[in-house]
Amino acid sequence: MLADKDRIFTNLYGLQDFSLKGAMARGHWDGTKGILEKGRDWIINEMKASGLRGRGGAGFSTGLKWSFMPKQSDGRPHYLVVNADESEPGTCKDREILRNDPHTLIEGCLIASFAMGAHAAYIYVRGEFIYERKRLQQAIDECYAAGLLGKSNIHDYPFDLYVHHGAGAYICGEETALLESLEGKKGMPRMKPPFPANMGLYGCPTTVNNVESIAVAPTILRRGASWFSSIGRPNNVGTKLYGISGHVNRPCVVEDAMGIPFKELIEKHGGGVRGGWDNLLAIIPGGASCPVVPAEQCEDLIMDFDGLRAVKSSFGTAGVLVMDKSTDIVRAIARISYFFKHESCGQCTPCREGTGWMWRVVNRMAEGRAHKHEIDMLLEVTTQIEGHTICALGDAAAWPVQGLIRHYRHVIEERIDQYSANPHPQPVAAE
Amino acid sequence: MAKIVVDGSEIEVPAEFTLLQACEAAGVEIPRFCFHERLSIAGNCRMCLVEVKGGPPKPTASCAMAVKDLRPGPNGEPPVVLTKSPMVKKAREGVMEFLLINHPLDCPICDQGGECDLQDQAMAYGSDTSRFAENKRAVEDKYIGPLVRTSMTRCIQCTRCVRFTTEVAGVPDLGAIGRGEDTEITTYLEHAMRSEMQGNVADLCPVGALTHKPYAFHARPWELVKTESVDVMDAVGANIRVDTRGREVMRILPRTNDLVNEEWISDKSRYVWDGLKVQRLDRPYVRNGSRLVPASWAEAFAVIAEKVKGAKPEKIGALVGDLATVEEAYALKSLIAKLGSSNIDARQDGAALDPALGRATYVFNPSIAGIDAADAILLVGTDPRSEASVLNARIRKRWRQGGLKVGLIGAQVDLTYTYEYLGAGPESLANLGAFGDVLKQAQRPMIVVGQGALAREDGAAILSRAAQVAVESGAVTDDWNGFAVLHTAAARVGALDVGAVPGPKGLNAKQMAVAGALDVAFLLGADEVEIAPGAFVVYIGSHGDRGAHRADVILPGAAYTEKSGLYVNTEGRVQLASRAAFPPGDAREEWAILRALSDVVGQRLPFDTLGALRSKLMAELPHLGRVDQIAPADASAIGGLAKIGGTVSKAPFVAAVSDFYLTNPIARASAIMAECSALRAASAAEAAE
Repeated sequence: MLADKDRIFTNLYGLQDFSLKGAMARGHWDGTKGILEKGRDWIINEMKASGLRGRGGAGFSTGLKWSFMPKQSDGRPHYLVVNADESEPGTCKDREILRNDPHTLIEGCLIASFAMGAHAAYIYVRGEFIYERKRLQQAIDECYAAGLLGKSNIHDYPFDLYVHHGAGAYICGEETALLESLEGKKGMPRMKPPFPANMGLYGCPTTVNNVESIAVAPTILRRGASWFSSIGRPNNVGTKLYGISGHVNRPCVVEDAMGIPFKELIEKHGGGVRGGWDNLLAIIPGGASCPVVPAEQCEDLIMDFDGLRAVKSSFGTAGVLVMDKSTDIVRAIARISYFFKHESCGQCTPCREGTGWMWRVVNRMAEGRAHKHEIDMLLEVTTQIEGHTICALGDAAAWPVQGLIRHYRHVIEERIDQYSANPHPQPVAAE
Repeated sequence: MAKIVVDGSEIEVPAEFTLLQACEAAGVEIPRFCFHERLSIAGNCRMCLVEVKGGPPKPTASCAMAVKDLRPGPNGEPPVVLTKSPMVKKAREGVMEFLLINHPLDCPICDQGGECDLQDQAMAYGSDTSRFAENKRAVEDKYIGPLVRTSMTRCIQCTRCVRFTTEVAGVPDLGAIGRGEDTEITTYLEHAMRSEMQGNVADLCPVGALTHKPYAFHARPWELVKTESVDVMDAVGANIRVDTRGREVMRILPRTNDLVNEEWISDKSRYVWDGLKVQRLDRPYVRNGSRLVPASWAEAFAVIAEKVKGAKPEKIGALVGDLATVEEAYALKSLIAKLGSSNIDARQDGAALDPALGRATYVFNPSIAGIDAADAILLVGTDPRSEASVLNARIRKRWRQGGLKVGLIGAQVDLTYTYEYLGAGPESLANLGAFGDVLKQAQRPMIVVGQGALAREDGAAILSRAAQVAVESGAVTDDWNGFAVLHTAAARVGALDVGAVPGPKGLNAKQMAVAGALDVAFLLGADEVEIAPGAFVVYIGSHGDRGAHRADVILPGAAYTEKSGLYVNTEGRVQLASRAAFPPGDAREEWAILRALSDVVGQRLPFDTLGALRSKLMAELPHLGRVDQIAPADASAIGGLAKIGGTVSKAPFVAAVSDFYLTNPIARASAIMAECSALRAASAAEAAE
């Protein structure tokens, strides 16, 4: 278990003062100028050395991402955009940062922007996060008043930070759709290439990062890359915010080391599975798009990128959904399918047409009103969506269904048998 | 240039080519729905997926990926693209299945049937059965105007129509609302589209969601005979295809010609065909008192012969209409000359254009394709959106690329692009202010003079002043002539080429119309001039319009789809219109009428066939023989024109086209054009409130 001294987010539960004064008392904004004085290359190399992998789900090296920004501006401004459009069911970690520890994010924005030559950064906050946006704006205003941000500030690096409030579309969490939305257009993902590092916001070089990736950066740079990389397992280092929800006794968001065993995470922080460990049916480990992991694989499950890849799921944002044996797993996946059908932007064909198809079939399967050959058909439909779309929403919609069929085909078959064994008279139309 | 291997064959293509273009260069067909080479890339249909070796382990949208974005192999081998691999086959079948699950199976009652991209590609790339057991989606049809019929359940959300209206037509009328499978294409509040080029969206639609309303359920594409021809509704000379069934013109579609109309045509060009069937003059008429009485050709000719013989040569005159072919204008000019008169004019509106000053003074010298190179355009007394919609779209295309400055003198109208408004009348032309410097600094400046600036008393002086601006701003150089006259009549440049203007002592159109000026007037489809009472008027034309009402004898002629003839467009490009149908009843081609008439009045014209007429014409004016080409005009004429000078009045320019939909006899006969015109008037009235 992570020692208290190694925690980055020391006010995660809002028990202390979230304001600038409180943040400074906890060690934030300490020696920021000194970090900037070490130069862009030092910051990027240190970030690379820390082994921090993006906390938004894809797990791409943050330092490497920063290094993709052009070293010299060709006349176009550079931008940092922070993705605070946290909308994935089961994920609720960024919210705690925004409302209780906003200064970690703001300081991170300054440092990251400095490292990539950006003089302006935008934080795109999810539409439903009204209280969080207020807190964040309040914190930014404090920083401006204290001369930490602004055209002229004590860091001698002109920098403006803007908060943009989204309208609540899940797809705007996709980085290019987020940029479109920020530009005032419909939130529809762009084709890649060109990548944002080359042609991003308003056609200028842009890096889009998750809130947590940016918020941990100042502490990493203060305490050194080796400190961060000493926590966790190789290739999966550092601390991580875990969100535990569902059928546990104490749902919570908690910071712990990468690579913590799943059982330890649930037992120590979540208060254990409702009705005891043996009552566990399955988990969805990293937000709704990750394939389900059945209980028998949870016994020795390691919570990090590689640990979950080993069980053909993914770490995602580490928002763990715990389901006990009272759960109807087919209905649960049908509900997730509905979510993706509802949030599909409708731009490209496989996702627009396929998500609705999948949802309808899974929905029927939840009732048992289906044929067994449709299970294989459904699996094939998921592969026709996966990898054929502009953005990853198509993949995200396909994976939960694939996970369901992989682990719970027998449940679906039983349901179908049950349904067909019982009489279901067709309703007769009134004469 | 970059090397790329497509299906095993290595080719070299420009590095900025997309994979789709590279595959086409290699002779491999890539299916597509959303991709259109004249619209922005959407990449949303996913039909063009191909496999890229060494790239991500998933198929790539070939319409959006550039060759230069591909990485070479480990030893520098060119990137490899596969279009026939199992991965591609599966991807195409998958996408096709998704497109079809919610597409209705109503091909038998769909107007797109037989020319439907979805139908064709489903045959080529789809699988044979459907696995979709759910209910299909149904979408309410939308009203988007009198020209385009919607059947939105068929829509596959390729957004070609949305991209066309926003990018090419320049109106924000169409858009997609909703998201996911609830996405719908609509005009938001279901009003009619406010573009003069909206018909093109039905051409672009790869399925039967948007079809041509006037053509709905009229014919199947395989029943139609297709004839390539040229449009005469404006002076752009858009290339068209006339589809006929039997004697009837069923529809008109654009042909691709990058030098003229790319692949767009205006709604007037496209939907005017119902006007070809009504108000037709199908037999000769002779006036008996206040009534026109049907007559035979012989009777009609006899009446004319008597009147011509009784008239003094200088009291005989002729007007060439706006839709006349070059051959007709030439035949009429020859006939009038033989009769000893020099009273002939093709400039019904009185535009101050004089072929004696040189061809460069009355054509669109920089050429329509030259707009793509222009970096500053001054529009003088013209509203290109109504006068030459397709040309206006070309200016908009250039404007969208950036770096184009446009200035306008004349009525302040919405041109679909921003411009600097410089004033309403000629005095602004003398004092261009800062825009004068813009023109001077431009590499390829263009000065476009419209008929609104020329069809007035001081037209000649304005033309000269415009030439002065062109010369002063360096628009006339060895490799660029930016002086451009924008015509509105399809016949005008051709008629000016053959010299259908008054001779030394001849009368012009305005003078001929005055009471007592003429004893006998020949109107060759000339409907825009009212000849004062007194003169004996012979109207040769196709439609019972203004000219026919005034006529004493009517000789029925052929409309532009019913004859072969040359037209010269505003840039001086000679184009050949072909006969797609036959004229109704006793109507004949005008050149033949004039030839027969010349015999009757004892002045036989020296040709018996259209071929003989053409060889005579081309011997005299060789450039008319070079079809589809522009004979370069001698730019030095602009300098001469600039020196003429003259005084100008202060009256503001008046638009040459007051109602886009009703500019000629055929359009005025069309019920569809009348509906469009009424709709636009109502919408303008609503906007004014």
